[in-house]
Amino acid sequence: MADAAIDPRELLPPDEPVHLLDPDGTYHEDPEHPIDLDDAGLRELYRLMLVTRKVDREAINLQRQGQLGVYASCMGQEAAQVGSAYALAEEDWIFPSYRELGAALVRQVDAAGLLHLYRGTWLSDHDPYKHHFGLMSIPIGTQALHATGFAMGARLDNNPIVTMTYFGDGGTSEGDPHEAMTFAGVTRAPVIFFVQNNQYAISVPLEKQTAAPTLAHKAIGYGLPGRRCDGNDVLATYAVTKKAVDRARAGEGPTFIEALTYRMEAHTTSDDPSRYRTQAELDEAALTDPIARMRNFLQQRDLYDTELEEAVEDQAKEVASYVRAGIYDAPHGDPMELFEHVYVDPTGHFDLQREQLRSELDAGQGEG
Amino acid sequence: MAVTLAQAINQALHDAMSEDERVLVFGEDVGKLGGVFRVTDKLQEKFTEDRCFDTPLAESGIIGTAIGLAMYGFRPVPEMQFDGFTYPAFEQIVSHLAKMPNRSRGTVKLPVTIRIPYGGGIGAVEHHSESPEAYWAHTAGLKVFTPGTPEDAYSMMRAAIAMDDPVIFLEPKRRYWMKSDTTLPVQTEPPHRAVVRREGTDVSVFCYGPMVRTAMEAAEAAADEGWSLEVVDLRSLSPLDTPTMVASVERTGRAIVVHEAAQTLGMGAEIAARIQEQAFYSLEAPVLRATGYDTPYPPAKLEEFWLPDVDRILDLVERSLNY
Repeated sequence: MADAAIDPRELLPPDEPVHLLDPDGTYHEDPEHPIDLDDAGLRELYRLMLVTRKVDREAINLQRQGQLGVYASCMGQEAAQVGSAYALAEEDWIFPSYRELGAALVRQVDAAGLLHLYRGTWLSDHDPYKHHFGLMSIPIGTQALHATGFAMGARLDNNPIVTMTYFGDGGTSEGDPHEAMTFAGVTRAPVIFFVQNNQYAISVPLEKQTAAPTLAHKAIGYGLPGRRCDGNDVLATYAVTKKAVDRARAGEGPTFIEALTYRMEAHTTSDDPSRYRTQAELDEAALTDPIARMRNFLQQRDLYDTELEEAVEDQAKEVASYVRAGIYDAPHGDPMELFEHVYVDPTGHFDLQREQLRSELDAGQGEG
Repeated sequence: MAVTLAQAINQALHDAMSEDERVLVFGEDVGKLGGVFRVTDKLQEKFTEDRCFDTPLAESGIIGTAIGLAMYGFRPVPEMQFDGFTYPAFEQIVSHLAKMPNRSRGTVKLPVTIRIPYGGGIGAVEHHSESPEAYWAHTAGLKVFTPGTPEDAYSMMRAAIAMDDPVIFLEPKRRYWMKSDTTLPVQTEPPHRAVVRREGTDVSVFCYGPMVRTAMEAAEAAADEGWSLEVVDLRSLSPLDTPTMVASVERTGRAIVVHEAAQTLGMGAEIAARIQEQAFYSLEAPVLRATGYDTPYPPAKLEEFWLPDVDRILDLVERSLNY
């Protein structure tokens, strides 16, 4: 139950989002949000963001070439995803929406495998138990409840793990995230609700999504602290999430985080953003690009040189070509898989239908 | 010893929780109150609030968190307090509970048993007497069970909880107080099997859940007219035990399906289709359906005119025999 001693004002978001890095890479220390990463960790954040962008770009290319039916880009949101996911421990769980390529790469989920969702071969390809990374799926915000239930389970089991779920500004209008926050608040489940406010739900801008002062203001209604950060600042997303992780792990309950970012690409490759946003807006958003910002920071710290640039670029290219090969080489789907994994224990009519497909396939082979 | 259907389910939950500490019971008012029908009576007292707990009043939340709990490794048995309150959870049930095992290519198992008190006949207010079984039976990935006797209520509930597939467990609420002389624990036939409750030679009556008793009463009354009805309790609506249905029709040559739910695209439509697909030459008459009407469930004072009863069944028996 909520602790009556907590001043409700403590739950409100601060006036300004947490911001540690300027676009030119200047770092502002914030004692409330320390960065506990060594040089290798800082470079790793950069590497992960760059690889995410290359794979994202590759996926868009693959869609243009007809290899994927559709693709939902995360370009511009690399810092929000990588910084937050990197703040979790390996044993913690992530419950993503369909747009969390960056978080998936932090979890070393096979990127080519993830794209099967968009290729139409398999619905999902990774083992969630191996990566502690839930399945991507299309319904909006529904995964917030899975994260909450999982965290409730961990708490019942005295297992000190934390779960984090991602959804977008559009997701905050759906019912399930609200029910999830209600459950999490009441049970004090160790779950973090990480909202990437990328300003648009397909074509609908934030001001038509909510009348709340900020998305983070919603949290107080559930007894959750609402926090905000600059979502294009990977150090800020990392530090704010880390604080929420520590809080959850200490048994102090859930946190709602709003990361302010911008969706630089279309909602999906089927969308035409020129109908609802201007080139001027895009040009302005490009000035806050999270990857350039982190590169500037590393340069200022003398942590960046041509060697790193080449190594990271080479790796990013390697992953991108691996993804391309993985997609080209993947089987186009075994028809008999239609009947696999629907039931652990299938019986009756279902078996008859499976046999029907098998005989149709056998007949087809006979003709060939 | 006389046991009611509600007590049988309570005992099944109790025994499942005793045997497996991963079994969790939760929902609205299931804790201190013991459920509005007292089906979860004393479970919280015995197993603590960790394992039998009241949730916020949010059905999608109950099922969505059940999915997360199952992914973690628990075996949740959430309650939807009434049939008509299940609809806010529809998306979690059909988009995730039913599909996630398939989506994950078998790596995620969701051993969730959703308990739903369903059907009418208790004089309730609107939204408390729905028969939503066709929605669930239409959804691949779910199993749908509904017991018609206290013995089955116990045994099928134990089987459902032990299963690694998600199960929609429909409890016939007008039969919660129906008694059997039995001693629990009891093990009846596996849930995916239909059971011939009464053998007969003239007409097969297919029924399930609350209508099993009505069909048995109809068979008694029919005997007075000199008609021999065979009553088949389907027990599982998904999967449907087609061979048992077909064998019965091959014996009697006539079939009537009885259910409370509205007729159009109800279970009767599927049952009739399967019978004519597989037992066409045995049929002496078309398959007939005694069902609720294609209207919203009526106000309580009118429900007796809406619900299938012995007379509605006997009228169809006569029609079938005269065909």
